[in-house]
Amino acid sequence: MDWGNILGNAVGELISPTTAAYALAAIGLGVHFGYTGLLNFGQAAFMLIGAYGFAIPTISFGAPLPVAVLCALIASVLFALFLGIPTLRLRADYLAIVTIAAAEVVRYIVTTTGLTDVTGAANGLSGFKGTFAASNPIPDGTYGFGPFTYNAYDWWVRIVGWGLVILASVLVFLLMRSPWGRIVKGIREDEDAVRSLGKNVFSYKMQALVMGGVMGSIAGIVFILPRAVQPANYTTGLTFFIWTIMLLGGAATIFGPIVGSMIFWVVLSLTQGVLYGAIESGFLGFLSTTQAGQIRFMLVGIALMLLVIFRPQGIFGNKKELSFSV
Amino acid sequence: MHAGKTSGLVPRPVALVLATLFAALALLGVGSAAASASTDPSEEPSGPVLSIGGIMRDGDDPVEGVEVTVEGGGFSEVATSDDTGRWSVVVPEEGDYSVTIDPDTLPDGLDLRDPDRTTADVTAAEWQTNTISRLFPLGEDTRQTSGFLDLFMQRLVSGLNFGLLVALAAIGITLIFGTTGLNNFAHGELVTFGGILAWVFAVLLGLNIFIAIPIVVILGAAFGYVQDTVLWRPLRRKGVKLVQAMIVSIGLALLLRYFYLFMVGGGTKTMNVGLSEAIVLGPVRITTGSVLSMALSVVVLVGVALFLTRTRIGKATRAVSDNAALAAASGIDVDRIIRIVWVIAGALAALAGVMLALYRQVSWDMGFQVLLLMFAAVTLGGLGSAYGALVGSIVVGLFVELSTLFIPADLKYAAALIVLIFVLLLRPQGILGRRERIG
Repeated sequence: MDWGNILGNAVGELISPTTAAYALAAIGLGVHFGYTGLLNFGQAAFMLIGAYGFAIPTISFGAPLPVAVLCALIASVLFALFLGIPTLRLRADYLAIVTIAAAEVVRYIVTTTGLTDVTGAANGLSGFKGTFAASNPIPDGTYGFGPFTYNAYDWWVRIVGWGLVILASVLVFLLMRSPWGRIVKGIREDEDAVRSLGKNVFSYKMQALVMGGVMGSIAGIVFILPRAVQPANYTTGLTFFIWTIMLLGGAATIFGPIVGSMIFWVVLSLTQGVLYGAIESGFLGFLSTTQAGQIRFMLVGIALMLLVIFRPQGIFGNKKELSFSV
Repeated sequence: MHAGKTSGLVPRPVALVLATLFAALALLGVGSAAASASTDPSEEPSGPVLSIGGIMRDGDDPVEGVEVTVEGGGFSEVATSDDTGRWSVVVPEEGDYSVTIDPDTLPDGLDLRDPDRTTADVTAAEWQTNTISRLFPLGEDTRQTSGFLDLFMQRLVSGLNFGLLVALAAIGITLIFGTTGLNNFAHGELVTFGGILAWVFAVLLGLNIFIAIPIVVILGAAFGYVQDTVLWRPLRRKGVKLVQAMIVSIGLALLLRYFYLFMVGGGTKTMNVGLSEAIVLGPVRITTGSVLSMALSVVVLVGVALFLTRTRIGKATRAVSDNAALAAASGIDVDRIIRIVWVIAGALAALAGVMLALYRQVSWDMGFQVLLLMFAAVTLGGLGSAYGALVGSIVVGLFVELSTLFIPADLKYAAALIVLIFVLLLRPQGILGRRERIG
C-alpha cells in the first residue's frame, strides 16, 4: 500500500475545488435549514441549475463570464420562487417532499433526449471553461509543493472557489448578526411568535430560500469548473451528501460547513485509498474496486444516521441553536 | 447505543430467518463480487455478454442475408441476418458504436424506408442492458398505426396496474406517517427488498413464483418488524424529533440502497418467471403477470381496508393515527399498534416490490425510483389517510402512463411530480386529507 500517495490525495482534498463547492452548497443549506429551519432536500437542483445556467449560455450563445454567471443566479432565484410559493406556507415536511421532487424533475428535464441540442441529455455538457480560463491572471506553469502542486488553471479554480466560500461565510456571519438574521432565527424557533410580532414570515422564509439557493447555484458553478457537466451527478445522493456535510460541521455555524466538507472529502479519499490499496495487495481480494466505492456510500449513510441521533448539533454547533422544531 | 440494547429483544425465530436471509444475500454478493472482480481480458467470458442486434423484416416477412457492420473503439464486425431476419454482434465493451446497414445486400425491389438512414449510433450511456437493438425499417410503411383511443386504453390499463402497485407501498408510508409522524424515506428500500428477494427466490433458486411470493412477503414483514424494533422504537423512546427521524431514514435509505448494490451489482435483472404471455382484450395487450398483479393488489387492498375498518386492531390503528395521546389514554397499546403498522408496511412494500419486479425489472434502486411517486401519491391523497393514498396512487399511476401520450416517455415521472407541486398549490391538504394536518 502506497501510504504516501494515499495521504497525499487525502490532504489534497482539503483545498480541492470540489470540497469548496460542497462547502458553498452546505453554507446555502445552512441558511435554509440551520438558520431558518427550512427543510430543503433539493440543494442538488440548485447546483444543477447553477451548472446548466452557466454552461448553456456560455456554449450556446458565447456569453461572457459575468453574463453567464448572472444567468445562473437569475435561474436559481426563479427556481427558489417556484419552489417557495406553493410550499412555504405549509408544514415543514411538505417543503421536504416538494424540494426533493422538484430536484428530480429538473434532473429528468435536463436528461431527456428531446433537449439533447441544449443540455446534451445524458452525456451532459463540456467546453464551457474558456471564459473562466481567460479570466485567469496567473501565468502558465506549475506551482506549489508536495501534494499541493497544480497548474495555473487548477490554482485559479481553487482560489476563486475558496474565495467565494470565504465571501459567503462572511456574508452569512454578518447577516445572522443583523436584525434580519434575528427574525429568521426567530422563525426557526417559533414561527407563530414571529408572526405575532407583525413580521411577514412567508416573505422572510422566501428571502432565506432564495439566498441559500443562490449560494447553491454558485456552488454548482464552482463544482463544474474542474470537470464536465454530467446530469448523473445531480441525483438526490448529492443533496444527502450536502446534508451530511452540513450536519457534520454544525447546521447553524459559520465554520461548520467548511470544516464539514473538508472532513467529508478527506475521509472519503482516505477510505477509498485504503480500500483500493487493500484490494490491490490482495488483503480484501474478494472485493472489487466498484464495491469499495459502494462501501463508502454505506459509510456516509451510517455517518448521517449516527450524527443525527447522537450529535445533531454537529462538531461546532450549540445544541440550543439547533432545534428540530417538528 | 440504544439499538444494541434492544436488538436482544428480537424473538429467536425472526432473528433466525433474518440471519439465513442475510447469509443468502452475502453468498450472492461474494458470487457477484468474484464475477465483477475478474476484469482482465483473459477471463472475459465470465463477464456479461454484450451484444448489439436487430431484426430485418419486410412487413411481417423476415429478410435474410442483409449485412450490418458494427464499428467503434477499434472494433469492427459484420453480421448477416439469418432466416428469421435476426442479426447480432457480440461487442467487447460498453462503448460507443456505429451500426451501418449495407443497402446493396438488400433483396431486389426492397429498399430502406428512409434511404438516408443507413447508420444508427449506440452510445456508451445506453448500456443499461446487455443487449441493444437497432432496427432499420424496410419497404413501405405497412404498420397499422394504432389509433389514439387504442393507445389510450392500453396506457389506461398499464396506469391502473402501476397505480395499484404504488398504492400497496404507499399505504405503508401513510400508515407509518399517521401513527408515528415519520416521513419514511427508506420505504423505497423496503420495496427493493421485496423485488430483490423475489428475484433471488424465483430466478436464482428457481422456486415457483407462487411459492416465492408468500416467502418474500413474510420476509418483508419481518424486515419491517426488525426495523421498528432495532431502530425506530429506540429512537421514539429517546425522544428523537420527527425531522431528525426523517434524516435518519434518509441515512438508512443510503445505507440499504448501497448495500443492495454491493450485493447484487448495478445491472438490471429480468424476472423471467413465465408470466409474460400476452392476453389480448380488444385493443389492450396485457401480460398474465400484470393481470395477476392487479388482481392480487385489489384483493390485498380490500383486505387492508377491511382490516382498518372492521377489526379491533385496525380500529385501534386509526385511533392512534387520529390522536396517539388520546388512544393511549383509552387503553390502546400505542407501541404495539406502531409495531403492527411496521409489519404491515413491510409486507405490503415487499409485495409491491415483487409486482414492480414483474412489471419492470429488478435493480438495486428500483424502490428508490418509485419512492417519490409514492410520496406524491400520499401527498395527493392527503398525508395520513389510507384511502387518500389509494386514490392518490391511482391518480399518479394513471398520470405517469397517460402522460406518455403527449410528452416523451423519459419525462413521465417528472410530469407526475409536477402535478404534486400544483396540487399542493391548490389543495394542500390533498384530495382526501384534512385541513388540520397541513399546519
